[in-house]
Amino acid sequence: MKKLVVAGYGMVAQRFLEAFAERAADGWSVTVLAEEDRPAYDRVRLSAWFDDYDAGALHLGGAPDGVAVRLNEAVTGIDRDRKVVHSASGETPYDALVLATGSRAFVPPIAGADLPGVFVYRTLDDLAALKDWATAGGRKIGAVLGGGLLGLEAANALKLLGITTHVVEFAPRLMPLQVDEGGGAVLRRHIEALGVTVHTGRGCAGLTGDADGVRQMLFNDGGSLDVDVVVVAAGIRPRDELAEPAGLVRGPRGGFTVDAACATADPAVWAIGECAALSVDSGDGVCYGLVAPGYAMAEVVADRLTGGEATMTRPDTSTKLKLLGVDVASFGTPFADGLDVVVTDQVTGVYAKLLLTDDAKTLLGGVLVGDASAYPTLRASLGGPLPGPPLALLAPAGDGSPKAELPGTAQVCSCHAVTKDHITDAIAGGCTDVPGLKACTKAGSGCGSCVPLLKQLLAAGGVVQSKALCEHFTYSRQELFDIIRVRGIRSFTELVAAHGTGRGCDICKPAIASILAVTNSGYILDGEEAALQDTNDHFLANIQRDGTYSVVPRIPGGEITPEKLIVIGEVARDFGLYTKITGGQRIDLFGARVEQLPEIWHRLVDAGFESGHAYGKALRTVKSCVGETWCRYGVQDSVGLAIELELRYRGLRAPHKLKSAVSGCARECAEARSKDFGIIATEKGWNLYVAGNGGFRPRHADLFLTDVSTEELIRTIDRFLMYYIRTADRLQRTAAWLEAMEGGLDHLRAVIVDDALGLCAELDAQMARHVGSYADEWQATLQDPQRLARFVSFVNAPGTPDPDISFEVERGQKIPARGPVPVTLGGAR
Amino acid sequence: MTTATMTVTWTAICSYTRLEAERGVAALVDGVQIAIFRTFSGELFAIGNRDPIAGAQVMSRGIVGTRGDAPTVASPLHKQVYDLRTGECLDVSGVAVPTYPIRCNGDTVEVAVERP
Repeated sequence: MKKLVVAGYGMVAQRFLEAFAERAADGWSVTVLAEEDRPAYDRVRLSAWFDDYDAGALHLGGAPDGVAVRLNEAVTGIDRDRKVVHSASGETPYDALVLATGSRAFVPPIAGADLPGVFVYRTLDDLAALKDWATAGGRKIGAVLGGGLLGLEAANALKLLGITTHVVEFAPRLMPLQVDEGGGAVLRRHIEALGVTVHTGRGCAGLTGDADGVRQMLFNDGGSLDVDVVVVAAGIRPRDELAEPAGLVRGPRGGFTVDAACATADPAVWAIGECAALSVDSGDGVCYGLVAPGYAMAEVVADRLTGGEATMTRPDTSTKLKLLGVDVASFGTPFADGLDVVVTDQVTGVYAKLLLTDDAKTLLGGVLVGDASAYPTLRASLGGPLPGPPLALLAPAGDGSPKAELPGTAQVCSCHAVTKDHITDAIAGGCTDVPGLKACTKAGSGCGSCVPLLKQLLAAGGVVQSKALCEHFTYSRQELFDIIRVRGIRSFTELVAAHGTGRGCDICKPAIASILAVTNSGYILDGEEAALQDTNDHFLANIQRDGTYSVVPRIPGGEITPEKLIVIGEVARDFGLYTKITGGQRIDLFGARVEQLPEIWHRLVDAGFESGHAYGKALRTVKSCVGETWCRYGVQDSVGLAIELELRYRGLRAPHKLKSAVSGCARECAEARSKDFGIIATEKGWNLYVAGNGGFRPRHADLFLTDVSTEELIRTIDRFLMYYIRTADRLQRTAAWLEAMEGGLDHLRAVIVDDALGLCAELDAQMARHVGSYADEWQATLQDPQRLARFVSFVNAPGTPDPDISFEVERGQKIPARGPVPVTLGGAR
Repeated sequence: MTTATMTVTWTAICSYTRLEAERGVAALVDGVQIAIFRTFSGELFAIGNRDPIAGAQVMSRGIVGTRGDAPTVASPLHKQVYDLRTGECLDVSGVAVPTYPIRCNGDTVEVAVERP
């Protein structure tokens, strides 16, 4: 078996490993030697760490199966004659060596750069050290040296850490490499509006301070600035220190010199990503500090090593980012000679420039600041004719919709080099949605900036996403909700007669029952509503594989007295129920027959229990850790809040089940971030996270509110839940709902915090009505003989148990008999 | 296949008004479990109560509706839909539940089960 060694484990190495594994590279054993103590993470989104300090969220998924990863073990030397690399643990032999060592932060040679309190901005460890220093107390003012991309990211980080922030840039404008003078001016106004002081055209002459830390930044014009923390973001340099000792040629500005195949002069040694000095076309030995060219190089080498002949073309250095909340995009060669089309709107803070060839026919490049929605279309048009008149493309509408046809060869996804032709072929071949296109062409699965364009191409390809709930209604769940609410419809029959066809099915009936439960807010099993419910809601219990049901009494917040615990034990023993603790901190009792449910619930209701709604698409539990009451780390009463929330939202019908949890401190023992709404206590109040999910496709909840009072917290959750109930699709959990929401978290915030749609009063009133009208469904059932009449095994033999139900015993409890389960093909039994 | 004499006996189950529209009940007739449904328009159907795919006696607890012109019930376990008129599963070909004659005799609902 041949040996492949990868030196370095960043994003490009990760992509290389995946690309290599995908090409079914049998016959190779692969080893990765990494300098950092963790596998590849998303360095492009590094600053997202400051949102929640969750390094795991940046994880890129780890190495493919079979790859040996050795962390904390940088390659320290290459012996090309013997084909081995050196590292701390000794020698590792290779048949092929891929250098993916990346870059280091460049620190200019200024006095005081080694003082405590001076940081670079490159790795998660750098960010953690910066945070520790900046939040240690008494540190108020910070300066970022460098007003480029990285500098503005660092400025945002300082701002988030509560530091008064200055940005110092030697060039006469911010982001000098990406934007021109006009764009820089607009960008500056945006950044200054955020309270960041911008110094352009000013160089740093040195830093002063002592062992306690940096004190002052001295400028080359004689001025100075008192500082408590400095971040140096003056650019990056390739990590090429392995080159000279190994006799590999360095590029003019550093990096391992490689040809269009990403090969060095040694056929066994390759280099990819920021450490590669690539010579293609007219570019000679250029290191590219963007991830997309690095990914392209990874694909080229993976292809070459598996017998292919891929080569690099000149990388597209187009880029679109959101810096301090401001959209900035730069594409093509915006600084070349040609015809300019410039739009500046000082009012809205939007700047756009297109550069065209002298005949005004070909787009060479451009800059967008403040609104980058036209970016996907424009980038895809680079080197070709514009898809429409320039001003129309840049018009304030700026929704990115192609006003005219893109050429088929236009690159839609630059991360994966996917052209419009590839996409339209995939659509013609049966792809009907964005996830399908991602799986089939990889387009949109990199930076994601082309996703809006993918949607447009789907629409242009005639793909109409049917919103129809089922054959009986052409409306989506949200539209049906609005119809029912606005027209005051009270029953399914009324709805289907006026707005549907037929008599419904197992899809539309429970969905409409759920809507009616919210708009009518009464007992869910009266009159016609009973016939709409799934068997679980119909019998207020959870059906199991053998047709028996399970029973889950509510245990708010997971808190229970010994007396009540004993009652549950006694009920389980007396009815012979299999007993199990659930994941939601309550107790599930299995194996109850339909006719036993009322007797079981008589006992439970008498002891003070009520329905736990485990059977409903409704609030399940609000899980909690023990909180400050007992825990030496807790900072708030998490159990108390969990109980309050569970009692507030109990019985609330929703498009899908709802789960919640409250943690009493940042240790997060209640796992709140895997819930639809999760709350984590802080010293000052509560942090609210929304749209998390465990289950089939886990998703960490997004931070939505920070350090809020209980009152503000509850008001926001009220609105979050009601807005979800109104607008989500059938069986769409909050995670999928938010991901599908146009505008995402920003839109959600606009609607339920800023009341941008003027909906909040209505949402509040609707929740107040739910809270005010709540009644325990089981108590209501037991009190009414007519309601109880449903709970019989056989209509003509009410006392006879189903003779087909039988049990066996496992680990001291009964379980359904494990007989063979044949499929009968027709005929009477 | 042998020929045997079959006698059809109608068995009284319950009163018609005991049946809720679009909701089933289970009945036990000579050890055979039967699911009985009353549709929105008032028609009666009787099929085997046993879900042939899951093996449990649950068909009476499914949601009643329509697919095209067919009156249907969906298994409450895994939602396969059956035509109430023929017992045929509309989602899995080759699967069916038995059907039984059913009638209203005055206010009494009666089902016929063939006995050897």
